[in-house]
Amino acid sequence: MGNYIATTASEQEDMLAKIGVSSIDELYGMVPQQLLVDKLALPEGLSEIEVRAAMEDLAAKNTVFNIIFRGAGAYDHYIPAIVKQIAAKEEFVTAYTPYQAEISQGILQAIFEYQTMICELTGMDVANASAYDGASAAAEAATMCRDKKHNRVCIAATCHPDTIETVKTYCFAADCEFLIIDAVDGLTDAAALETIAEDTACLIVQQPNFYGLIEDAAALADKIHQKGGKLVLSCNPIALGLLSSPAEVGADIAVGEGQPLGLPLSFGGPYLGYMACKNSLMRSLPGRIVGETTDADEQRAFVLTLQAREQHIKREKALSSICSNQALCALTAAVYLAVVGSSGLREVAEQSAAKAHYLAARLCAIDGFELVYKGEFFNEFVATTPISAEKLLLELEKAGILGGYPLSNNTILWCATEKNSKADIDHLIALTERAVSQCD
Amino acid sequence: MRLIFEKSRQGISQSILPSLDVPKYKFAPQLQRKTAPRLPQVTENDLSRHYSQLARRSYGVNTGFYPLGSCTMKYNPKIDEEIAALSGFAAIHPLQPPRTVQGCMQALEQTSRLLCEICGMDEMTFQPSAGAHGEFTGMMLIKAYHRSRGDFDRTKIIVPDSAHGTNPASAAMNGFSIVNVPSSADGCVDIEALKSVLGDDVAGLMLTNPNTMGLFDKNILQITQLVHDAGGLNYYDGANLNAIMGVVRPGDMGFDVIHLNLHKTFATPHGGGGPGSGPVGCKKILADFLPSPVLYHTCCALDFAAPPQSIGKVRAFWGNFSVIIKALTYLLTLGGEGIKQAAQIAVLNANYLKSLLADDYDLAVPGICMHEFVLSLERLKKETGISALDIAKGLLDCGVHPPTIYFPLIVHEALMIEPTETESKETLDEAAACFLKLYRLAYDDAQILHNSPLTTPIHRPDDVSAARNPRLKYQF
Amino acid sequence: MSKIKEGIFYTDSHEWVEYIDDIAVIGLSDYAQEELGDVVFVNLPEIGDKISAGEAFCDVESVKAVSDIIAPISGEVTEINDELADNPEMLNSDCYSAWICRVGKITGEGKLMDAKVYGKFLVEQE
Repeated sequence: MGNYIATTASEQEDMLAKIGVSSIDELYGMVPQQLLVDKLALPEGLSEIEVRAAMEDLAAKNTVFNIIFRGAGAYDHYIPAIVKQIAAKEEFVTAYTPYQAEISQGILQAIFEYQTMICELTGMDVANASAYDGASAAAEAATMCRDKKHNRVCIAATCHPDTIETVKTYCFAADCEFLIIDAVDGLTDAAALETIAEDTACLIVQQPNFYGLIEDAAALADKIHQKGGKLVLSCNPIALGLLSSPAEVGADIAVGEGQPLGLPLSFGGPYLGYMACKNSLMRSLPGRIVGETTDADEQRAFVLTLQAREQHIKREKALSSICSNQALCALTAAVYLAVVGSSGLREVAEQSAAKAHYLAARLCAIDGFELVYKGEFFNEFVATTPISAEKLLLELEKAGILGGYPLSNNTILWCATEKNSKADIDHLIALTERAVSQCD
Repeated sequence: MRLIFEKSRQGISQSILPSLDVPKYKFAPQLQRKTAPRLPQVTENDLSRHYSQLARRSYGVNTGFYPLGSCTMKYNPKIDEEIAALSGFAAIHPLQPPRTVQGCMQALEQTSRLLCEICGMDEMTFQPSAGAHGEFTGMMLIKAYHRSRGDFDRTKIIVPDSAHGTNPASAAMNGFSIVNVPSSADGCVDIEALKSVLGDDVAGLMLTNPNTMGLFDKNILQITQLVHDAGGLNYYDGANLNAIMGVVRPGDMGFDVIHLNLHKTFATPHGGGGPGSGPVGCKKILADFLPSPVLYHTCCALDFAAPPQSIGKVRAFWGNFSVIIKALTYLLTLGGEGIKQAAQIAVLNANYLKSLLADDYDLAVPGICMHEFVLSLERLKKETGISALDIAKGLLDCGVHPPTIYFPLIVHEALMIEPTETESKETLDEAAACFLKLYRLAYDDAQILHNSPLTTPIHRPDDVSAARNPRLKYQF
Repeated sequence: MSKIKEGIFYTDSHEWVEYIDDIAVIGLSDYAQEELGDVVFVNLPEIGDKISAGEAFCDVESVKAVSDIIAPISGEVTEINDELADNPEMLNSDCYSAWICRVGKITGEGKLMDAKVYGKFLVEQE
């Protein structure tokens, strides 16, 4: 059993004597006696060897797929070795929020660099130090847009289902009206925006959307702006290496799931909600923000700033209660972006898109496989399957491949990244052809 | 030091990707971005050195003593990191078929069972990603509970004036109005003041116990009973659970819903500001409202399902999973006895350090404390001009991370000190010597303290100009 | 000792108000700016906002605090001092020139003190 306690029994005796009590129990004198528990139903502690074995047993009950064609909000991109090494540095891992600027310049500068990179990717003026994940970032962005005169949040039906659910939950909390904007052919129906009332706070759109399709974000921005609302665009950050930035299409707030930037899949978290906005919304942006200033010797220095927005000062008047965020994930994303650079990020995006289009072409050459939507897609697409999705995916699973995400029994959302080689895709196609022929 | 952008050189690139082995796909120009993001172009060596320099300008628990009150900066065991990085956890896609993720689900279930036992709760969700996210979620359970009973008039949440700022903020995010109750002279909830605000418009009470003064509220049973009698529910802010885990259970104190901070109490690292994990536990009466999904047992396996009256989701997927794995590894290592000992020694260490300082510094409240204690430097400031901030800056030159300052708000010139159980007597003795040295310095040569810190890379940055003229990104 | 300007009125929450014809000019007293410390941002009201005496109508931020500004009178905001948006430090350097807003259509006033009474009030505060 380990407990990481650093005092010996005799030291503890000395300490009790200094305090002036005779036992540790005496220190709990304020606790009503009837509340003291004798012994909880917890297991005995384990040695490191035992605990490793127990946890390895649990890990072994999961199937690790070496070849993944599933995205749907979590993407299997390559993580360069140096990204993992740097993110494991103990000074970063074991620090708290950088309240003491003098001894936290490293973390503060790393976050400042991250904020700069997010502004570069999105084209926005200001970024925060992160939110919990992409879905909650979208919900926080909706809160930024709401005021007394604008208390309706619209979200495109083509957003990730978890994002829709999360925004809906935040709206329930805030007693704010929540409206889903329908899609036509897998794309947000701009005409549906005609009918919404003028007191709408915002429209949330995902780019590329849940089905992998590229939305006409500029048209949606125009429409929602005509209604006096703001456009919140939730972008896959890898796609931003190649496709139009949120600023270029007229978005007011850019958010998204930063997991593709060097974070492991880890069964869904921790991930990274990035958030950036126009200058005019700066003081509504939630969470930590690092700013540049100078110190007493006129040297460049970094500090947490604009803190009057935050819960520890504004308390019940704060727009968000966020305190801890995903700082280490933000640092990881910054390292990833520095490793790949601008051309590298574009290359990751281009390769992911090329592989997905190759996969789509090969797949749809098989009878019964067809693209469900005709729109332009990035690295994900929805295709029909002539045999049950469950059966096809099981066949792939037997070969160690995690196939696409089944949306129904005859449609699958496929994904490819730069990690999927042509050989992997050809292998997937061969297995699929065999599975189909076995069912004939 | 230079920013990474200032180290960038045109023409540098790294070889991560193989050449494209399928036909290139060309997007129409109008879909492509017009200007490339100005990301740094550096070699791997540049990058490695850059972040090593940044690491040297950072301070973690592994660097030294970190008695940051309310934050429970205990040692973060290395085995926890290794286990979370196992491919059987780290490489698992969140949307794999349940059949292929039984290990992940069992880990969640096991952690839930252990934490529920420690807290005296019945059910738990792991979706909330940090303490404040847990508060937001827990408050929403209370809202959903009252609404489900057709009770729409309970619009107030009672929060003591000593509470963390996240408490009122999280309640307000749920549309509640906040009623502050004052603390009495002994630092505990003023019972008469509490009674005077209770009524059928009260949805609940948010409390942390031990409170932010470091005291266990001896009237806790009366407090929670009063709220229940008025038809409200009791929310427990788990920020200070490290004092009492294995000794007393929030559920037994009368709390209905609780959030935990795995990154405080259960030794997972804080990462310079996250990721944390803020699981929410609740009694049976609130279980139907938990965020979707929760785990349930089929005949022979675990699966996810939405609770019948779920509030919905508060984020994507299932939570900060790898943080939960680290906490489970910690829980299994300590076991029941180790958990209790950790709390006991945390309390012992706090009282010991307090006893070393109490002859000189003024305690905010006298007597035995729990895992942390609060000093008030009000008198020192009056007599010497030295503030809590000055002492904090002086500690930087001693190689000690300063305590939390200016919190709780009800104490003037507050220093809130939480040593945790993983510090040795020697460390506490050395830290006490630093505190006492600075105290004497305040009287003997205050100017030195006003000028401190002297040994750090920067000195007293200008917060005012940072806020007046925000420069929030690099100017290329 | 805080400076007090003669000929204008004060609230017990340390706003000042000066009547010019049928318009009221509102600002923060020297005592208020000293208590606040360095002001970093003024969250100005909007023209057309209706304000009521005794209720908060805008706020000012220092690095570590946000403070409500309480309306000394009831009426409608007719003009705001845009200069404060870029130069919030004016509230510190010259608080009696750095007005926040002008209010017309005055329908009532809260409890106001003249300079002499306010001076006594400040002494009692100490």
